Amino acid sequence: MSNALNQNAENGPVMAADGTPLKRSLARALRRQKGRALLLIAPLLIFVLVTFIIPIGSMLFRSVENDIVANTLPDTVQRLASWDATSGELPAEGVYEAMYYDLFVANEAKRHTRLGSRLNYEESGISSLFRQSGRKIDDLAKDATKALESAVPAFKDGETWYALMNAGNDEANAGLLSAMRGRVGRLNDSGASGDMEFAPSALMADILPLTTRSYTEWAVYEATQEERDPATRDPWELVPLALLQELKTADLSGLSGTRAELLTQAQAVSFDIPPYSEVLADIDPEWGTILPWETIQTHSSKYTAGYFLNAVDAQKTPEGYAWQPEDKQILLKLFGRTLIMSMIITCSCILLGYPVAWLLANLPASKANLLMILVLLPFWTSLLVRTSAWKVMLQQQGVINDVLVWLGLVDDANRLIMINNQFGTIVAMTHILLPFMILPMYSVMQTVPPSYLRAAKSLGATNWTAFWRVYFPQSIPGIGAGSILVFILSIGYYITPEIVGGTKGVFISNRIAYHISSSLNWGLAAALGSILLAVVLLLYWCYDRIVGIDNVKLG
Amino acid sequence: MANTSTDAAFVEFERVQKSYDGVNLVVKDLNLSMPRGEFLTMLGPSGSGKTTCLMMLAGFETATHGDIRLGGTSINNIPPHKRGIGMVFQNYALFPHMTVAENLAFPLEVRKIGKSEREEKIHRALGMVQMNDFAGRRPTQLSGGQQQRIALARALVFEPELVLMDEPLGALDKQLRETLQFEITKLAHDLGITVVYVTHDQTEALTMSDRVAVFENGRIQQLAPPDQLYKKPENSFVAQFIGENNTLMGEVKEITNGTAIVQLDGGDLIDAVPVNVSKVGERTRVSIRPERVEMNKERLKPGAKTLKAEVLEFIYMGDIFRTRLRVAGSDDFVIKTRNAPDQERLTPGTQIEIGWLPEDCRALDA
Repeated sequence: MSNALNQNAENGPVMAADGTPLKRSLARALRRQKGRALLLIAPLLIFVLVTFIIPIGSMLFRSVENDIVANTLPDTVQRLASWDATSGELPAEGVYEAMYYDLFVANEAKRHTRLGSRLNYEESGISSLFRQSGRKIDDLAKDATKALESAVPAFKDGETWYALMNAGNDEANAGLLSAMRGRVGRLNDSGASGDMEFAPSALMADILPLTTRSYTEWAVYEATQEERDPATRDPWELVPLALLQELKTADLSGLSGTRAELLTQAQAVSFDIPPYSEVLADIDPEWGTILPWETIQTHSSKYTAGYFLNAVDAQKTPEGYAWQPEDKQILLKLFGRTLIMSMIITCSCILLGYPVAWLLANLPASKANLLMILVLLPFWTSLLVRTSAWKVMLQQQGVINDVLVWLGLVDDANRLIMINNQFGTIVAMTHILLPFMILPMYSVMQTVPPSYLRAAKSLGATNWTAFWRVYFPQSIPGIGAGSILVFILSIGYYITPEIVGGTKGVFISNRIAYHISSSLNWGLAAALGSILLAVVLLLYWCYDRIVGIDNVKLG
Repeated sequence: MANTSTDAAFVEFERVQKSYDGVNLVVKDLNLSMPRGEFLTMLGPSGSGKTTCLMMLAGFETATHGDIRLGGTSINNIPPHKRGIGMVFQNYALFPHMTVAENLAFPLEVRKIGKSEREEKIHRALGMVQMNDFAGRRPTQLSGGQQQRIALARALVFEPELVLMDEPLGALDKQLRETLQFEITKLAHDLGITVVYVTHDQTEALTMSDRVAVFENGRIQQLAPPDQLYKKPENSFVAQFIGENNTLMGEVKEITNGTAIVQLDGGDLIDAVPVNVSKVGERTRVSIRPERVEMNKERLKPGAKTLKAEVLEFIYMGDIFRTRLRVAGSDDFVIKTRNAPDQERLTPGTQIEIGWLPEDCRALDA
């Protein structure tokens, strides 16, 4: 009792010899060790981060990223927001005007086809609408330019435009400039922050907002993307069009000098601008229907669930979510097939691998080594060679069919179809993944001492009971580890199903590869990949709940 | 089974040989018979064939030649699970995925014993090793000693008549080993079971057994009760393997009336009991236990031969003194003396004279 009192005399935290709390001085002592340990793993950590986690993260991010619509058609998207697609009416004239201007700029920057491809994933046919429209979009603007230049030749000169729009001595509109920098940068997926001397005049922006804006956008584009000086070059034909359009109603009384002179001359030019709805409908009658507008509005948000919906055979419509048309529903089926076939492959690996692993663990060392070499032999052969070998074996004129026919088991006219279907994929993948099952099982079985079996037998168990009740439960961690390994490998396998799977035996990964390299729909590929990752994690979690992850041993 | 003739030979090895590779015999011509209820230890260095004998008895190895009988019937062709022999392994071999109770239930379940009877037997077996509180634990949650107790209970729970133990205490520390040695012996005698115990620890063999079979090179070198083995080793291997021993080389000069006179290689003559020397002129190894060497001439027989010795080292060991001497050219002749009040402490370099009673000195094979 007195002893205990002495130890806790101060009744507070335990102190180190120098009076600091023991906890703190322990933490300080361990900090250096931890730091050193961290330094040791730092190269690997950085390597994994840079080459694995960041690329995969950014790839998966593409599955929800959708700023291309809003970046390419910023004004259109903004104005379209208030439009009710279900009303059955076409959008207002302002939307058409915004679309004309947005599409003109996108065409100049060659970004409209990309947008077309993106929207085509949701509504086929839109891609050609955009390509078509891009080709004809500048017809009206060219006419306007010609009309202006023939009436006022001074406008032929780029310097005239520059002098007209540049702030020079009067006040500059910095807000407009930075807004245009942002627009051009987003449109081109790059920064637009390069140096430029041009600054839009605040006065002009007041009197001729659309013209100034268009000129500024062009100037920013010219200076930052093309790296040319806007002072001496002709602007886009869009600028004369905007000028003629605005001069019809503009009040030039606030201007003086050269500007007033020039613009008064230009105001006299007579050029009819039809309503933009007609202009666009002339370019492609489809603009006169609700469909393209509906599609643009539905998919204009910066982030979208659209790719994920597509990945599970659904789609986003103005009314909400709906299934894809019957004939386009293939991905869910493919997911199901991938899961079921991976399970079949895992099971056949267990069945074939268990006896081999048992032999490996129980044979004397010299024979076990030979067997081990046989198990590892496939690893030393190229995956392609092994898979192609199965093609030779399994095809209708192949080795197995020949032998069966020769034995008379199969009629020559009815040779078995064993390749380019699910059977072929299962056989070839079981063979290829078998070592991944055998090795963990072997390393676990090696740790089970033979005395357990002897003990069981000495206690009165038959060979089978001893195996089933004593040996098998102890080898389960190996089966678990092998199964997880084989299942996860096979669920994402690509080459083998591609070669031997035909159309019926391919996996979801083949679809991902198709979207990555052929259809270039990376968003959908990323969504499919994310779902695959989620499924694997989910199964892993289930496995942990049912079997327990502590029961997984790789050795 | 009450028949006394089978009781005399409950376990029998008859001319048993075993070879693994067809070239070398691991067990050479083993003959052994033990009565019911005996505690027999097979003692020997590793590789002497003792574990192989145990494995043949358990049924995990088959004899290359000869007959092994249990209760009068040959068990050569009976698989291990039908022999009904309990076995305790060195590494315990408790099934790690089962609790203690499940481990004990295993031999009863495979014998299709009903649940209530099973539970009663498990309770009784755990009681025998004082482990009733641990029935729900997993083997990995137990200490080495506790695991070995459970292994023992598991080997006894199905009431076998014969229990084999393969170095069961080898992995335990000294104190625990001594406690368990005592408990195993007591349990074996209380239950009246026959035990074949394999060990390479001679103390264990001497303290636990009714009889000890000393194995070397595939043969039983001597089969005798512990005191006989210690006092009267029949050859130099047994003499050296059991307990501490001083040996001196020499030649037999004369054998009369059960006493031999041996001329040591140094020239001195000593008395000895001839054990396996028969002819005059034969080379011999003379063995004397350290505690039987006398420095006090008054305790020797009149006329007993003595030897000169020089003290090399004196070690204080608490209950005894251990003195290393140079005797007849040998530098590691050791004597042990009791730490008595009148016992003088020798200093290195002292010249003394030592002797012994002739019956304590045995002339063995060279």
